[in-house]
Amino acid sequence: MSTTALSRVRSGAAPRTGRPGAVWALPGLLFFGIFAVLPMGLVAYLSLTSWGGLGAPRFIGMENWSRLAGDTVMHKAIVLSLVLTVANWAVQTPISLLLGVWAAGPQRNRAVLSAVFFTPLLLSSAAIAIIWKSLLDPNFGPLAQVGPWLGYPGADVLGDSTGAFAAIVFVSAWQFIPLHMLLYQGGARQIPESLYRAAEIDGAGRLRSFWHITLPQLRHTITTSSVLMVVGSLTYFETVLILTDGGPGTDTSIVPYLMYQVGFESWKTGYASAIAFTLVVVATAVSLIMVRLTGFGAMRSTKEGM
Amino acid sequence: MKQMTPAPPATPRERPADSGAVQVPDAPRRRRRRPIRRPNLLAGAGVFLWLLVVGIPVYALIIATFQRSSDYRAEGPLTPTGDPTLQNYVAAFENGLLGFVLNTLVVTAAVVALVVFFATTIGYAVIRSRTRWTSGIFRVFLFGLAIPAQAVVIPVYLIIRELGLYDSLTAIVLPTAAFALPVCVLILTGSMRDISEELYEAMALDGAGPVRTFLQLVVPLSRSGISTVGVYAALQAWNGFIFPFILTQSHDNRLITLGLFEFQGQYRVDIPGLLTAVLLSAIPIFIVYLVARRSLVNGLMGVGGK
Repeated sequence: MSTTALSRVRSGAAPRTGRPGAVWALPGLLFFGIFAVLPMGLVAYLSLTSWGGLGAPRFIGMENWSRLAGDTVMHKAIVLSLVLTVANWAVQTPISLLLGVWAAGPQRNRAVLSAVFFTPLLLSSAAIAIIWKSLLDPNFGPLAQVGPWLGYPGADVLGDSTGAFAAIVFVSAWQFIPLHMLLYQGGARQIPESLYRAAEIDGAGRLRSFWHITLPQLRHTITTSSVLMVVGSLTYFETVLILTDGGPGTDTSIVPYLMYQVGFESWKTGYASAIAFTLVVVATAVSLIMVRLTGFGAMRSTKEGM
Repeated sequence: MKQMTPAPPATPRERPADSGAVQVPDAPRRRRRRPIRRPNLLAGAGVFLWLLVVGIPVYALIIATFQRSSDYRAEGPLTPTGDPTLQNYVAAFENGLLGFVLNTLVVTAAVVALVVFFATTIGYAVIRSRTRWTSGIFRVFLFGLAIPAQAVVIPVYLIIRELGLYDSLTAIVLPTAAFALPVCVLILTGSMRDISEELYEAMALDGAGPVRTFLQLVVPLSRSGISTVGVYAALQAWNGFIFPFILTQSHDNRLITLGLFEFQGQYRVDIPGLLTAVLLSAIPIFIVYLVARRSLVNGLMGVGGK
């Protein structure tokens, strides 16, 4: 560490050959600006316009926003999105944490089973939604066979509003738990073995070691994973589109789905922009909190301090 | 603690049979603690349950692809057919799956090329440039991490239409690459920061300019970061749904995820046919998993893995 600090001081005085100018970042910055940053500003402007998707947007001031404030479908969508976010977090966090800590163990059988557990990661959200839609099919799915057996003939999970919502929570757990399990596995492997040895000498059992060592040591992983879950849930789209199409009725129309429906099915694109902007503000705020909490902004090397 | 040091590196969660037997002096004490070190039955049961949750759908998916549609409807997805067929695979290709795959490959390659080019040049500028712009540039990408693609799809649609790119593969490539960029810039600046100052100085003494330093030092030494970034970008392109869904229309420009979605609408009754397409869509990722497991896992986790 001290030698690099020294050389840094030296290189400050040395001729600056070989250093790139900020121009190197310009192409990428421009590209990113046009396709990611500009849309961010544009969505705010579009929310103040009346626009049917074709032609030019027409400025109408706060009209969309005052309409949005009184829109009961939007209110319902917000509640559904929030419930989905909380439910996803509450289902996925404990399961992925426990599985991740379990998978971090050095045993051979754990490595083999973990590889099986990661299979959902190979599939796209569209693929996963289609698999589950087929499996939940009221006529040809396994439920049609198992249903009568359990006393639910013709069980149509996706046709029932609670069932459809629960199906979305379940499918999203099936899809995302492997990813969060990976995060927790990585986190748990970083915990120094000596902590467990010390706890063992103090006579702590498995449960107490987990509670007093594993959980506190995983707090950064819990933060990262939780915020990924929250942002993911707030912007969850294709699974809802494929699995339930927002139904039955509007009972699973969460905010991103509503935005799509208003914007690209009813072609009220200006109004949909107001919905989108709400989403942008909430999701961005949550992500920025994540950046703060996890300290990406510190620009630190992973090897620093070693 | 002293007594414990010669013990083989085993977790305290490990069973006594694995480590205790070798440890003669410790043996009696270990026996006393036996209740703590019994096999974790609860964890075993939980893991078995999760194995069922993951395994049954994957099993159903695989065997369904060898079933005739009529058999599937009669026997359901959980009974392996006595009369396996490859007809579904043939049908998938006849229905144009290969065209979708080719489109997706083209888009994926373009996205990876754009992202790797932009992320490496930006990363190099951020790490090595001496101007005060660099921390600002880095901040733009940190902030960009927070922009949810789903929420800004409406203005992206407007921009793409204004550029005259609507319904083309380019329309998918540009925003997909832009939204993959923040994570990739973060990963790459992280791995580039680990290149030591002395190496840069050696290059400078050799009289190398920024371009040569970049090509001969920075790129070769951030290979693992670049492959993570490449895999991350490829996954975004391969599994992406919202951009192809909103920005293309014609059959000729279908990507695989959208092709699955379309199949799902068309072949409601032919579930084995649909599931075969789903399985085939995951094969390229499976191949990457086999040849570059480490990069895939890092790529899947994105910044979460840091």
